[in-house]
Amino acid sequence: MAKELLKGNHAFAEAAIRAGVEAFYGYPITPSTEFLEYMSARLPELGRAFVQAESEVSAINMVYGAACTGKRVMTASSSPGISLMMEGISYIAGTEVPAVVVNVMRGGPGLGNIAPSQGDYYQMIKGGGHGDYFPIVLAPASVQEAIDYISLAFDLADKYRALVHVVVDGNMGQMMEPAELPPLREIPDKVPDWAVSGAKDRDPNILTSIYIDPVDEEVTNLRLLKRWKEIEKNEVIYKEYEVEDAEVLVIGFGTAGRVASSAVREAREAGIKAGLLRPITLAPFPADRLRELADRVKRILVVEMNSGMMLDDVLRLVKGKVPVEFYGRMGGMTPLPDEIYGEIRRVAENKGPGAQDPREDWIPRLEKVIAGEK
Amino acid sequence: MVATTELIYQRPESFTDVHTHYCPGCTHGVAHRLIAEVLDEMGLRENTIGVAPVGCSVFAYRYFKMDFVEAAHGRAPAMATGIKRVLPNNTVFTYQGDGDLASIGMAEIMHAAARGENISVIFINNAIYGMTGGQMAPTTLPGMKTTSSPLGRDVELAGYPIRMSEIISNLDGAGYVVRRSLHNPANIRKAKKAIRLAFETQQRGLGFSMVELLSSCPTNWKLSAQEALDFIAEKMVPVFPLGDYKVHPTLESLKV
Repeated sequence: MAKELLKGNHAFAEAAIRAGVEAFYGYPITPSTEFLEYMSARLPELGRAFVQAESEVSAINMVYGAACTGKRVMTASSSPGISLMMEGISYIAGTEVPAVVVNVMRGGPGLGNIAPSQGDYYQMIKGGGHGDYFPIVLAPASVQEAIDYISLAFDLADKYRALVHVVVDGNMGQMMEPAELPPLREIPDKVPDWAVSGAKDRDPNILTSIYIDPVDEEVTNLRLLKRWKEIEKNEVIYKEYEVEDAEVLVIGFGTAGRVASSAVREAREAGIKAGLLRPITLAPFPADRLRELADRVKRILVVEMNSGMMLDDVLRLVKGKVPVEFYGRMGGMTPLPDEIYGEIRRVAENKGPGAQDPREDWIPRLEKVIAGEK
Repeated sequence: MVATTELIYQRPESFTDVHTHYCPGCTHGVAHRLIAEVLDEMGLRENTIGVAPVGCSVFAYRYFKMDFVEAAHGRAPAMATGIKRVLPNNTVFTYQGDGDLASIGMAEIMHAAARGENISVIFINNAIYGMTGGQMAPTTLPGMKTTSSPLGRDVELAGYPIRMSEIISNLDGAGYVVRRSLHNPANIRKAKKAIRLAFETQQRGLGFSMVELLSSCPTNWKLSAQEALDFIAEKMVPVFPLGDYKVHPTLESLKV
């Protein structure tokens, strides 16, 4: 199929349809609403299920219900909506049923704003809902990548009976880019043996997240953890740019990673040996690759659109081997390539020891940037 | 001489062969049995997916021999919607108590009814939170003592009981909404007919169906089993009148 000019949210929705999604349940929220609008027209046309729920709480519980039937099901929302969904997300994880949740992240906390953000990193990657569970989290950086990884999200969800989050931000949801959609996949008519479908000629299937005896819950927690270890072994995805001889390693995901790649290119043109590691799977995180690179590079610069959330994971993995610095924008602000280029230059020239918490050095720098922009 | 025996009573096919965890005198068992008998009679066991709630009947799926899922507190109608929309040819029902349906799950039940979801809801109204140990419910009677209204429900502070059947019957998406009681055999027979009609409503695609069942909770009401049944008849029925609140015209001529 040829490339077309596609709007992010529409392309993501169509990608899910092509991947065989049989139901979408959602609630309008900027900047993800076009996802829901698109589904409201397309799914009935294909004889598939669409419901605009009364709330995100209800939407995710509809997803939970359909997930129990083994059908491909999803929802898309944005930060405050995702907060409301955390109850159902925990139940989905606890019941071990597959589902895909797209979060078009916006500025927060609270009502925040509708501008692009990566402030839900902790919420999406570290759980967010109650209890011990491990969602897979994919972070594409372009419309094309989002299309590709939404397809993968469904495959991973089915493969591991797991919850898969796809995190993008308002930039990607709203932007138009040339991209290519995959062909429409056929929907398998085979029902998974664990799914509810009516207990005809078999014992009943019971899908629940209750394990009233703590020992049973512990066994379940252990099963989830062991499955997660498998996922960590098999499913890490990342992209790299110019890392082979890099002295300054920039790490960023999603939009921040994409902007950073422009900055790295500019740095290379200026003769600075910069490289980029852009995790696609934020969970499982490309930990082994980061450890390898940390042995080779002189300094690391983490770039995010939050207060340094992935930064904590980087610090944990780098273990002080090389100084780690941070540059973030928050609240719905997207950094410009020049800002990050300036940071790369600064970091390349900085020979001092890294701060215990790289945020401490960054806060005054950001205050200056904000003062300059105001 | 040949001895003949006639089988007049047995465990429904739709039941598993286990003892329930319900307290003596509780009417959950009666409600469960009525559902099982109806599903047997309609030949629906192998086609049915039940949705269990959070509350005393959280383990309902242990007692029904059919596919079951376990919802979060109050979300059973949303979960049932999610299932029914992708499996429209399956029979889907929720089993919910008053705290689940009329308090934390108020949005989910109202909107499932408003959308006319083709699901059946069995609503157990015993005017109290059972599983957590007898707190005030949205259906607790004025003046009724509970562990969270120890001096009796003061309507000035805690408001009034909610009559769900009356409210839901006003929604256009509802096809069948009735209130019955489980306090004596005559009413139990009527309750069974209503449950049958609820599933017939779903079978015929006539929209949302709900049977509210006035039920007893001797443990948390601190009454004997018989006193609890009397309490339903004497105290609950006046506040929650029995009757048909919405019956789709197609159902009126149906003999069950």
